[in-house]
Amino acid sequence: MLAFILKRLGQSILVMLAVAFISFMMFRYVGDPVASMVSQEATIADQELLRDRLGLNDPFYEQFFRFLGNAVQGQFGISYRLQTPVADLILSRLPATIELAFTSSAIALILGIVLGVFTALNPKNWASAAIMAFSLVGVSLPTFLIGIGLIYIFAVELQWLPSFGRGQVVNLGFWTTGFLTESGIRSIILPAITLSLFQMTLIMRLVRAEMLEVLRQDYIKFARARGLSKRAINFGHALKNTLVPVITITGLQLGSVIAFAIITETVFQWPGVGSLFINSVAVVDVPVMSAYLMFIAFVFVVINLIVDILYYIVDPRLRIGGPARGN
Amino acid sequence: MSELSAQAPRGPIGKIIDSDIFYSYRTSPVAIVASIVAVVLILAAVLAPWIAPYDPFNPRTLNLMDGFTKPMSESFSGNYFLMGADHQGRDVFSTILHGSRVSLFVGLSATLFSMTLGVGLGLVAGYRGGLADAVIMRVADVQLSFPAILIALLIFGVARGLIPPSQQENTALIVLVLAIGLANWAQFARTVRGATMVERQKDYVSAARIMGVNPFFILIRHILPNVVGPVLVIATIGLALAIIEEATLSYLGVGVPPTQPSLGTLIRIGQQFLFSGEWWILFFPGITLILLALSVNLLGDWLRDALNPRLR
Repeated sequence: MLAFILKRLGQSILVMLAVAFISFMMFRYVGDPVASMVSQEATIADQELLRDRLGLNDPFYEQFFRFLGNAVQGQFGISYRLQTPVADLILSRLPATIELAFTSSAIALILGIVLGVFTALNPKNWASAAIMAFSLVGVSLPTFLIGIGLIYIFAVELQWLPSFGRGQVVNLGFWTTGFLTESGIRSIILPAITLSLFQMTLIMRLVRAEMLEVLRQDYIKFARARGLSKRAINFGHALKNTLVPVITITGLQLGSVIAFAIITETVFQWPGVGSLFINSVAVVDVPVMSAYLMFIAFVFVVINLIVDILYYIVDPRLRIGGPARGN
Repeated sequence: MSELSAQAPRGPIGKIIDSDIFYSYRTSPVAIVASIVAVVLILAAVLAPWIAPYDPFNPRTLNLMDGFTKPMSESFSGNYFLMGADHQGRDVFSTILHGSRVSLFVGLSATLFSMTLGVGLGLVAGYRGGLADAVIMRVADVQLSFPAILIALLIFGVARGLIPPSQQENTALIVLVLAIGLANWAQFARTVRGATMVERQKDYVSAARIMGVNPFFILIRHILPNVVGPVLVIATIGLALAIIEEATLSYLGVGVPPTQPSLGTLIRIGQQFLFSGEWWILFFPGITLILLALSVNLLGDWLRDALNPRLR
C-alpha cells in the first residue's frame, strides 16, 4: 500500500516538474519581462541594471530553481496587465470557478445517473431512444453554442434567468459565495447547465452500459429467482455495483470541467479563473498564463492521485496483482 | 449464363459498388444524409468567391443603409438579402460562405497536420518500442489527460508572445493550424502505435525484415496500408473536433484575425445583437456550424461501424 502510494506520488511530482519547466520557459522566454516593467524613458543601462537585479543574467538552472521555489510558496510574479500579484488574482477568482464546477458536476451526476438507469431499464421505450439521440447531438455541439441557445431561450425570450455575471455575492472573508442570495442562485443555473451537459451525457452512457452489463449477471438472476422486488434488484443490487466506475469518471472529469469552464465563463461573463486566463491569452499576460497552467496541472495531478488511491482501497483485485496494472 | 454475368468483375466502379463499405453506406440513411449535407457545405465553401451574391469584405460594395435588413427581404437600396444583413450591411449569406471557407481550411489543415505527426510518431513508437515508445507515449498520455482546447489555447498564447505584433495578422491562420494540430496528434499516435504493434508480430513483416528491407520502407509500404482504416475514422471525427475547436477559439476572440472572420467569429459578432432582436446575424452562422460539425461527426461514426469487422 505504502509502496504504491509512494510510486504514484513520485510520478505526480515528475509530471508537476515537467509542467513547471514548461511554465518557466514561457515565463522566461515569451516576451521580455524587463520591457514590460520599465517606463519608456529608461535607458539601456537602467534596463541592464534591472535585468541584473531580477537575476535574469544568472545561469539557467539557478533561475529555474528560483522559479520553482517561488511557485512552491505560491508566488507567480506580477500580472503585466493588471499590475497585481498573480496569486491574489487567481485566489480572488477561484471561488466563482469552483462553485460553478461543483454545481455542474452535481447536476451531471444526478441527471446522468437517473437518465442512464432509465434508458438501461427501458431499452425499448421511445423515450430512451429520444434520450440517446439527444445525447449524441449534445456531444457534437460546441459548448458555446449550447450556452448561447440557453441564453436566448431563458434570458431573452422567457426572461426567467439572468444571462451574465454571478449576481449578488456574500463575502465570507476567504471565500465569496453566490449560494446565499436569490440572484446568486438564479445566476448560476444557466452556466452550470451548459457546463454539465457534456459530462452528463458521458455519465449517462456509462451508467447505461454498466447497468446493461450488470443486469445480465448471475447474481441478478438469482435475486429475481428469490422473488425480490424489482426496486430492490434494480437499485439495491444493480445500481450499487455500477457506481464505482461512475464516481471514478466524475472525479477524473472534475479537472476537465474546470478547464472547460474557460468557454462557459466567457459566454456568461462569469468572473472565474477561466475568463481571467482567456483575457491573459488575448494580451499575452505571460505570468498569468504560466501560473494558470501550473494551477490546472496541480488540480489534475491531485485528483488523479486521490482517485488512484481510492481505487486501490475500493478494488481488492489491484492489491493481489500488485504492480501488474496497465494504463 | 446469367449467373456468370452477375459474378463478372465490372471494372473499378463496379468494384466500389460491390464492396462492403459501399453496401454499408447504401443501407445507412444517416450516412447518406450526412454525406450529402457535408458535400453541399464543403462545395459551397470552396466555391464561395463565385457563388456568394455579395463581396462582404470589400468596403466599396457595402452600404451602411442596408444594416439590419431582415432575412428574405429587400433593403432601402434595393439589395435582396436571403439571410438578412448584419450591422455593417454585410450580406449574412455571403459572410457565411466565406466564413465556412476559413473554418474548413483551418480544420482540414490542422487535421492533416495532426494526422501526419501522430501517424509518424505512432509508427515509430509501435515499431521501435523501447525508449522512443516510452517517451512518445508518456507525452501523449499527459497531453490526453488535458482538454485539447486548453492545449490549443496555450500554444496559441505562446506563439502570440513570440511573434512580433506586426507579423501577427499574416501568421494568425498558420499559428491557429499549428495550435489545433498539435493539440490533437495524441489520438492518432495512440491508435497507430497499437495497430503497428499488432502488425509487427505478423509473418509478412518478419519476412520483409529477413529479406533485408530497410525499416523505413517496411513502415511506409507494409505497415501503414494496414493501419489506415482506424486512422481514417479518427481523422473524420478529428475534423469535426478541429472545426469546433477553431470555432471556439475564434468565438473566444483568440482565433482568426478580424479581417478573415470564420464561423466562430460570426457567432461572436451575432451574439452582440441577441438582445436587440436581430436574431438572424447569430442564427444562420450557428446553424451552419452545427450542420457542418454534426454531419462530419455522423460520417465518422458510420465509418467506424462500417470498418469494424466485429459488427459486420
